Amino acid sequence: MWQELRAELHPLGVEIVTVALDTGGVEVVRPWIEAARPEHPSLVDVAHVLDERLGVVNVPNAVWIDEHGMIVRPAEPAWPGRTPVLDMLKVPEGTVIPPALAVVRNEISRMQIDPERSLAMLRDWAEHGADSRYALAPEQVIARSRPRTGELARAAAHFELGQHLHRGGDHDAAIGHWREAHRLDPDNRTYKRQAWSFEGADAVGPNSAYDGSWLSDVQASGAESYYPQLEA
Amino acid sequence: MILNSLLVDPATLETATGWTIKTEGACKGDVCVPLPTSLGPGSAIDAHVLSESLGMPLVADDAHGLWALGPESSITGRALTTAVAPDIVLPDLDGRPVRIADLRPMKVVLVAWASW
Repeated sequence: MWQELRAELHPLGVEIVTVALDTGGVEVVRPWIEAARPEHPSLVDVAHVLDERLGVVNVPNAVWIDEHGMIVRPAEPAWPGRTPVLDMLKVPEGTVIPPALAVVRNEISRMQIDPERSLAMLRDWAEHGADSRYALAPEQVIARSRPRTGELARAAAHFELGQHLHRGGDHDAAIGHWREAHRLDPDNRTYKRQAWSFEGADAVGPNSAYDGSWLSDVQASGAESYYPQLEA
Repeated sequence: MILNSLLVDPATLETATGWTIKTEGACKGDVCVPLPTSLGPGSAIDAHVLSESLGMPLVADDAHGLWALGPESSITGRALTTAVAPDIVLPDLDGRPVRIADLRPMKVVLVAWASW
């Protein structure tokens, strides 16, 4: 889907760069990237560099960088006009939906997922550049980036230690650091979902290594806050 | 950044965190923070100094003889210390490094996604 938008925006001077935040590495993301056949750079971030350097805490997220190398919108939810997540909600009338899936669909239906607005914002910036009402001044960019208290920075350090140990083959040692990262930064979805992905659980179910799951997490915090609303 | 020693090499610090050690202190983008100790060019710097000056937590893993120096938290209190884009280099599927800054003068939409 980003490839389709890239074809539209590239002639206007905008390059799309997709980055997979995946400690599992190239082989985990290869099937997705090869299926998408992107013409734009499609990169792999095993160390979650985008989390630490740009404040990404959930996916999909995007950061806009202008032609001078200045960030003009910090990390925020972004979709290329549509998303398969919302397609889950569209089923023919009369379709029997398994109860477990119905619970997930109910949560997704209450999330602030707005692909059309996200696309309109990107198109406006592609056309108007610095004059776009969505291009922010440097002080606004910093102020709108995610808060980073000492505790949240400490969570990042624990998450990095966990990744380092996991990638070095000591997965059991990583779990303690990832649990601590989750405790210190409970709203960071990438820390949680990345860790859960190694425990053999399905996308939403519980696992033996951590206290929560995607579903219990969303239910506890409220689906409405899963993605912050896109501001002008 | 992961440390095997509490003496931090400035070049490694810059690559991992974006902080450059200069005569005026530690600098990132358009922000410079004075350091309590003056350093010669290329001199290693004590991780505790960085931790205290920039609000970078230093977390130890004693069992593995490792530390992690977390991101700065005391300059702006936000994930971004500056709006100058960090110098990010990441590999593609074939392992070829791609530097985001090399895409200029294109505007860039950096999209984070995941398989999980």
